[in-house]
Amino acid sequence: MAKNEIKYLTAIKQEKPKKKFCRFKKYGIKYVDYKDVEFLKKFINEQGKLLPRRLSGNSLKYQRKVQDAVKKARQMALLPYVTDLLK
Amino acid sequence: MNSYELMVIFTPVLSEEDFKASQKKYSDLIAELGGATVHSNPWGLKSLAYPIQKKTTGIYWLLEFQGPSDLNEKLKIQMLRDEQIMRHMITRLDKYAVEYNHVKRNGGFAMQDKQEA
Repeated sequence: MAKNEIKYLTAIKQEKPKKKFCRFKKYGIKYVDYKDVEFLKKFINEQGKLLPRRLSGNSLKYQRKVQDAVKKARQMALLPYVTDLLK
Repeated sequence: MNSYELMVIFTPVLSEEDFKASQKKYSDLIAELGGATVHSNPWGLKSLAYPIQKKTTGIYWLLEFQGPSDLNEKLKIQMLRDEQIMRHMITRLDKYAVEYNHVKRNGGFAMQDKQEA
């Protein structure tokens, strides 16, 4: 039994992670434009890879629209396929 | 009559009037094939995210047009033959996209709802 292990009577209250919401439903954005690079950059990580839904918080329908838009932007060299861009 | 959006990347060595000439050529081609150009938006010289055909910059051109569904095939043949064009992409616009482009063109797009997102 570790002597110095402190036992708390009540569990320590972890900071609850911010409730994720689907920004497309909330702000009523209906179309993800593949030319709007600044907006698409919110959905890719440093290496230029697509963020999963659990991180971006999108609903399935809009995550697919984002996915199509990012792939089109990559095709037209607006977004890199792989990079170590310091966004 | 579906609405489409054509994005073209020309080689950067293209001069200004060649760029205008090829824009006109393709707009006329679309009109001749039974389509109607809605809005042309040349972006001009932009640096590419990755080199295409050993070039790191390209001249972008965006054209929104309406046309019958068989028009794109003929357009594609012309584009593949034209060696000034490095890459092109035709996307179909659904009604939200058309409305988005329309609002964006008239500047009425509330950008702040995206900023705060």
